[in-house]
Amino acid sequence: MADYKDIINQYKDLPGGIIEAYHAIQREYSYIPEEAVEAVAAAFKRPNAEAYGVATFYSYLKVGKRGKNVIRICESAPCHIAGADAVIAALEKELGIKMGESTADGKFALELTECVGQCQATPVITINSKPYENVTAYKVAAILAEYK
Amino acid sequence: MAEEMRIVLRNYGKIDPLKIEDYIAAGGYEALEKAKGMGQQALIDEVKKSNLRGRGGAGFNTGMKWSFSYGIKTDQKYVVCNADEGEPGTYKDRIIMENDPQSVLEGMAICGYAIGANKGYAYCRGEYPYMVEILNKAIDQAKAKGCLGDFDIEVRMGGGAYVCGEESALIESIEGKRGEPRFKPPFPPVIGLWGKPTIVNNVETFANIPAIVDKGADWYKAIGNAKYPGTKVMTLTGDITNKTFVEVPTNTTIRQVLNDFGGGVAGGKKFKAVQIGGTSGGFIPEAFLDTQLNFDDMSAIGATLGSGAFFVMDESRDIVDVVARIAKFFAHESCGKCTPCREGTMRMEEIMERVNDRHGDAADLDRMDRLGRVMIKACLCGLGQAAPSPVLTTMQHFKDEYLSKFN
Repeated sequence: MADYKDIINQYKDLPGGIIEAYHAIQREYSYIPEEAVEAVAAAFKRPNAEAYGVATFYSYLKVGKRGKNVIRICESAPCHIAGADAVIAALEKELGIKMGESTADGKFALELTECVGQCQATPVITINSKPYENVTAYKVAAILAEYK
Repeated sequence: MAEEMRIVLRNYGKIDPLKIEDYIAAGGYEALEKAKGMGQQALIDEVKKSNLRGRGGAGFNTGMKWSFSYGIKTDQKYVVCNADEGEPGTYKDRIIMENDPQSVLEGMAICGYAIGANKGYAYCRGEYPYMVEILNKAIDQAKAKGCLGDFDIEVRMGGGAYVCGEESALIESIEGKRGEPRFKPPFPPVIGLWGKPTIVNNVETFANIPAIVDKGADWYKAIGNAKYPGTKVMTLTGDITNKTFVEVPTNTTIRQVLNDFGGGVAGGKKFKAVQIGGTSGGFIPEAFLDTQLNFDDMSAIGATLGSGAFFVMDESRDIVDVVARIAKFFAHESCGKCTPCREGTMRMEEIMERVNDRHGDAADLDRMDRLGRVMIKACLCGLGQAAPSPVLTTMQHFKDEYLSKFN
């Protein structure tokens, strides 16, 4: 796994590149290690508070450990009326965790999200941002099997 | 039977989006050459005359916006493409960029020439990392072919914040900060990215530009409704037979989109409501279905055209439950900068959930009405100003559904 310091170095001269650096760290780690926030602050010459403020403002950025494969389920209105609640229940049951938690083996993180722009085939979940359309409770186990 | 008209989706299905040769063979980048031959002032006048109005939802005259930046003498200006489409039920910008990314880049380059900017940013929402790849490939191809001249475009990825669709919040985000809207004025065309004049236009707006330059303002302004000419891409979701997208002239009615393109309400059920323009749009009952899909006619019925989301609900849907879900959305997406929005969206969610859980009373409706009206006036940006709309319009058009929660 690439060291986050090396990743940050690639972005430190990019104007406004803090968010790009965070995305790059997450592509490697799936989350932003706590220590990386201070390293970002130092590299971009910003106060720790500001670097932390940016990292925690955006819902796709996560400071602190989470599972490797990030599962997000859309709960916006079109997915809501298409039966997102049943999919949420199936995901929680299949993984044995609640929304916002990660599995003990570190393989999965489960999160709620708002619209992911695939509303032609609701409800929608994404795994590492790859969309799965027309998801039903029945389909959940087979989808997750791809990542086990 | 209403008919589609494809301007922004003119190359949809006809070209390989990742082969710039296809785009060029279809006449691509001829408009940029033509624009450069016209001169900056004449080009801006032509865009202004076409009466193209911003497709992100605000409906401001695009050429007019450009003229504000053009008139400023400075060492650096910027063009920003707002590809942060986050309105629930909207995926039109994804369809445009996936199928014809070069048309958006060409539109940006034309804008760059018009205002005197040599640097552009495409700010793509964090939910679409695959789109970042498409845009980067398209930019590399355009640079390799020399199509963009001295105009440079860089892609930046958002982080899943709905508020970043607001142009000054988007600018803050490109600067690497929290995506909180700025106080206005000054507006971005005067003081924008890194304090420089900046034009922020929506993906769909930019995709219109090459066609307008190519065929002329007179051609464009004769299409659709004269007050808001051209076409609008709509994305059909919810309880509708064909969950698809259409590009229609702006004199097409809601009913035509619902029936002619959408195939009517799914499963033969009866229509109850349609919410247009995204999750901040008003709910529209049957009585207004003959309204035309343009900015002014939609405003006149207390609704919005917004992003073009078209979310249909059938007779079986619990409107109060859907609006409670929407209230939660706004409480989650409020950036927290201004008090009326931060506290207002939270209280609205609290009251809506109470009512939806059958623990509310009639006085809650008065509270939400007053809170909503305060938010419209007092919130800093469009997010908070529009957030009460689903609540207020449903209390107006579907009051019985609220009252049934008090029995």
